[in-house]
Amino acid sequence: MRYSGFKVIKEALTGHRGWKPAWRDPAPQSEYDVIIIGGGGHGLATAYYLAKEFGGKRIAVLEKGWIGGGNVGRNTTIIRSNYLLDGNEPFYEFSLKLWEGLEQDFNYNAMVSQRGILNLIHTDAQRDAFTRRGNAMILNGADAELLSVEQIRKRYPFLNFNDARFPIKGGLAQHRGGTVRHDAVAWGYARGADQRGVDIIQNCEVTGFRIESGVCKGVETSRGFIAAKKVGCAVAGSSGRLMAKAGMRLPIESHVLQAFVSEGLKPVLPGVITFGAGHFYCSQSDKGGLVFGGDIDGYNSYAQRGNLPVVEDVAEGGMALFPGLGRVRLLRMWGGIMDMSMDGSPIIDRTHIGGLYFNGGWCYGGFKATPASGWCFAHLLARDAPHPVATAYRFDRFERGRMIDEKGVGAQPNLH
Amino acid sequence: MIINHPLLGPRDAQEFTYLGDAALIERPDGQAEDAARQFYEYLYLRDNPAGKHRELWFHEQGDRSWLVVTRDTLTHEITKVELARDVARARGRGK
Repeated sequence: MRYSGFKVIKEALTGHRGWKPAWRDPAPQSEYDVIIIGGGGHGLATAYYLAKEFGGKRIAVLEKGWIGGGNVGRNTTIIRSNYLLDGNEPFYEFSLKLWEGLEQDFNYNAMVSQRGILNLIHTDAQRDAFTRRGNAMILNGADAELLSVEQIRKRYPFLNFNDARFPIKGGLAQHRGGTVRHDAVAWGYARGADQRGVDIIQNCEVTGFRIESGVCKGVETSRGFIAAKKVGCAVAGSSGRLMAKAGMRLPIESHVLQAFVSEGLKPVLPGVITFGAGHFYCSQSDKGGLVFGGDIDGYNSYAQRGNLPVVEDVAEGGMALFPGLGRVRLLRMWGGIMDMSMDGSPIIDRTHIGGLYFNGGWCYGGFKATPASGWCFAHLLARDAPHPVATAYRFDRFERGRMIDEKGVGAQPNLH
Repeated sequence: MIINHPLLGPRDAQEFTYLGDAALIERPDGQAEDAARQFYEYLYLRDNPAGKHRELWFHEQGDRSWLVVTRDTLTHEITKVELARDVARARGRGK
């Protein structure tokens, strides 16, 4: 069923009795060409592009719980491609271009809103760094504009421009950045994949890999053994737990990141803003809630909840930048588990086990990467070669000293 | 989280900074044949368990001692706190 305005009107007039489930609920078959473990944004996008762009057949997505129940349902919904390094920027720009055409491509309203993202500048050194970053973005075909204080004041008059310690000196804007309705991304990809014959199997936990002579033959699951020629893992947050079942240790630690939503407000914040002197980022959802977050808690965790000191730190960052927040009440807060990699950048690569492929290490930036991650992982699964924009995301870059470390902080996952 | 410091008693985790897996105490031998491989694994690869995790915390805002904290990564419950010095000595390290 194709969704359209006409269809909505027709259903409205006939009591909404014609809608069908957006995807099937099939039982697992005994064998597939490709199994993708993880029914989150990245896994579903991989299945979708594998079926649509790479002619993949007999594909299954295995999900332990329900689809879209992990980080694609627990993030701050920001999309952008404002990276500095060559290994990253072409990939994230490819992703942003896919976001721009996504809703037409998979015929689903994902509420992609290019309302712009603004990284604020508070020191001269930061202006130099952001100028360089903006130039790197432009060289890679992305858009970037350095804004003056006057230009920022026009759009965001309520910011604390004259803070004694961190006055706002300017900002780096990416006007094509913005926000997306995160759950709809998972649902849109699931529906699109299902329509192309992908079996989305929920409540099916992978309990082990069947590996014979160094080749992965399939997966053991809570619903029995399922054979596959290729197995792709896309379970960021739980990558360590899953890959340990294949005997692998990863350059990844799992950490908890908290995020927050305020009560609903009238439109106040037109775009996404980030504080350059602390770690605080904020946007306003279409329902009116201010969606914001800050640093990870900083210790290994699989708990999906954090601790209060980070809540205080985020609130302080918010107040320093945006004093009007002071009387806004918090509605919800939650924690998601991040694959924090050793250089802050992801991995999309083969493993040393034949037929076993890995996608993970997204740190806390996985949501914006969803379309490109799916496309590039599908490319790798279909052709056994990395997509041109994802060639740097290799496992062996750590051993070879070719880190993609945007902040240059070294092999310390809680600092990325 | 409250960390029960062996010398100072219960302290707020905010006084500490976190380094990571306590396996980092076991620095490889730089003279070994496969030292490059060992250091790669030491520096970059992690067990990253869901459950009991032994990890290094530094009492930066306190007495500046290193602790080995045994904590459950699923619940954040701390079950054991030792001085990293004692752990290293028990494994035959000199200082």
